[in-house]
Amino acid sequence: MLEINDLHAGIGDREILRGITLRVNAGEVHAVMGPNGSGKSTLAQVLAGNPSYQVTKGSVSYNGQNLLELDAEVRAQNGIFLAFQYPIEIPGVSNAYFLRSAYNEIRKANGMEEIDPLEFLDLVEEKLKLVDMDQAMLSRSVNQGFSGGEKKRNEIFQMAVLAPRLAILDETDSGLDIDALRIVAQGVNTLRSPENATIVVTHYQRLLNYIIPDFVHVLANGRIVKSGGKELALELEEKGYDWLQNIEAGAGAAA
Amino acid sequence: MVLGKEGANQVNPRSPNPINTYRADFQRQPEAPEWLQSLRARGMARFESLGFPTTKNEDWHFTSVARIAEQSFHAAMTSKAGVSSEGSTAGMVARADLGRFTFAQPAWHTLVFVNGEFSEDLSSYAGLGEKVRVSSLANAIRSGTARPERHLGKIAAFESHAFTALNTAFIRDGAFIELEADAVVEQPIHMLFVSEGAGEAVSHPRNLIIAERNSRASIIESYICIRDNCYFTNAVTEISLGEGARVDHYKIQRESEKSYHVGTTQIRQARDSQLHSFSFAVGGSLARTNIYTSLDGDAATCTLNGLYLTDGKQHIDNQTSIEHIAPNCPSHELYKGVLDGHSHGVFNGKVYVHPEAQKTDGKQSNNNLLLSPTARVDTKPQLEIFADDVKCTHGATVGRLDEMAMFYLNSRGIGRESARTLLTYAFAADVIETIELEPMKAELERMVLARFASTAAA
Repeated sequence: MLEINDLHAGIGDREILRGITLRVNAGEVHAVMGPNGSGKSTLAQVLAGNPSYQVTKGSVSYNGQNLLELDAEVRAQNGIFLAFQYPIEIPGVSNAYFLRSAYNEIRKANGMEEIDPLEFLDLVEEKLKLVDMDQAMLSRSVNQGFSGGEKKRNEIFQMAVLAPRLAILDETDSGLDIDALRIVAQGVNTLRSPENATIVVTHYQRLLNYIIPDFVHVLANGRIVKSGGKELALELEEKGYDWLQNIEAGAGAAA
Repeated sequence: MVLGKEGANQVNPRSPNPINTYRADFQRQPEAPEWLQSLRARGMARFESLGFPTTKNEDWHFTSVARIAEQSFHAAMTSKAGVSSEGSTAGMVARADLGRFTFAQPAWHTLVFVNGEFSEDLSSYAGLGEKVRVSSLANAIRSGTARPERHLGKIAAFESHAFTALNTAFIRDGAFIELEADAVVEQPIHMLFVSEGAGEAVSHPRNLIIAERNSRASIIESYICIRDNCYFTNAVTEISLGEGARVDHYKIQRESEKSYHVGTTQIRQARDSQLHSFSFAVGGSLARTNIYTSLDGDAATCTLNGLYLTDGKQHIDNQTSIEHIAPNCPSHELYKGVLDGHSHGVFNGKVYVHPEAQKTDGKQSNNNLLLSPTARVDTKPQLEIFADDVKCTHGATVGRLDEMAMFYLNSRGIGRESARTLLTYAFAADVIETIELEPMKAELERMVLARFASTAAA
């Protein structure tokens, strides 16, 4: 589904990703872990197409397409979803309007008919339950006045409605209490399927107790320095990241 | 020579001193009652001594009216006059022309003015109730009642404002609305000023609204044009709010993009009265809207909100003034501007708190969104406080579309154009949300959305 080869990227003159190689197949859950500043969030942003980041080298192929050539909205229309670490507040735009616009844009791009507000309401009702949110949130402005936990749940709610093929969760666990964490994890697990893939970017192992990854990759200084199975996450929890800082990159990607 | 004499009597549209044109038109006005002749004469004298303001005048620092001052605008001919002198009906306005400007509300009371003159045929205002008197100002003056005389020129300060003085020199017609004590007007009263758009013509609509004790009404003042032409509207509205009266005033300025508009609404508020003002300015090549209120009585309140949208080479200026004269008065103000193209927006909000106006609670905000690198806005909040126990805040912002918000929308599959429309609309939405009159809110939402959608596609 996703093949990242020797990806270099950064902001301005500052290179943050320094040769990432990673392969993600349909049905898999990959966890990308690493200390602060290792480039985890940059990887997530670059995959989603944030124009603030420049790719200087390497390639990313998504279902056979050159992902780097596509604008962010086209990536989304093709099934990529990024759950933001810091979801953006948009005063004046209701969650309902925002999400229905997104849903319809994606449908249009895929040759399907748009749906009307009432049909949309039916569709979102069960998804709201999934993240334990009230229907009243639909008429509130996007993320405005939301608590940290509500914002993260809103990301998962949007993900549930838009039903992406490749979901990237950028530190969705940060700032969540254990109840919110469970709700978020349950949402993600419900959406897992053999056709979909998930990349979970996280600093802590905690979330991985609830979302069990197939592979764990450790990022340091813009490279993947170690890859392994879910037990690697536990090892990191125990030993911290320091012991990995000196390992040369090249452990490569798990297949 | 005969030819020479004729030439001298003709008014040359490119006359070197346009004030001569006003003077000639002033002298040519039909007879009026003595009190009005005298008021007009004072207006003309004041206008002549003040002259058109220059950018050295603090109130006009960011707005040059040279384009108005250097052009000779003739007193606009009315449809009726046009028929009698030219034998032509080319300038007639039909009811069908006005359909799209009446908010699809046939139940609203509509007073239509063409080139500043009341049109009984195009108006409909039945069933206002016996405590409400509505007429054209011209009819009220003609009827000989003393009521217009009692108020006219008492609220709008022409001593210091050249355009108000000029309007006063040409007082002829407009709306005259009187609400007796406890009168409640259920449906809004819409004063619709239509310019036929005959080139280089000026009209000076003059409105007078007297809302007595505990009366209540929503009043809309809108300015439109049915042809895309160059003309000048110089309007003045005076509003008196008695004790406990409430008036919701909407000024909707959507003149032709070649036109000039200067409009002043000046209000005096007695104790416990409430003014809710909303100003929407979107038209005109050069447009200035003044909303001035004076909180004369204890615990009078005012809300002045506004939205201005500019594009192309438009210049739209908004000036507000709130005089806190009495104590315990809250005033709230929110103006927003969205500026595109090479346009220029101006906001100047004055709040004066007089020494007696203790416990004043004043809050003013002006937020601007620049959509193009060549658009410009000048914002000038101006607080002058002479009382010591007051709470006054003000803030002004100028920004561009938030790139992170843009990316957030894009990352959900919403393309750049739609995202731009959505974010721009969202910026304007909260001030439109303050409108209580639902059909008005819906119409403005629709207009704003349509406008941003078309600029995003351009």
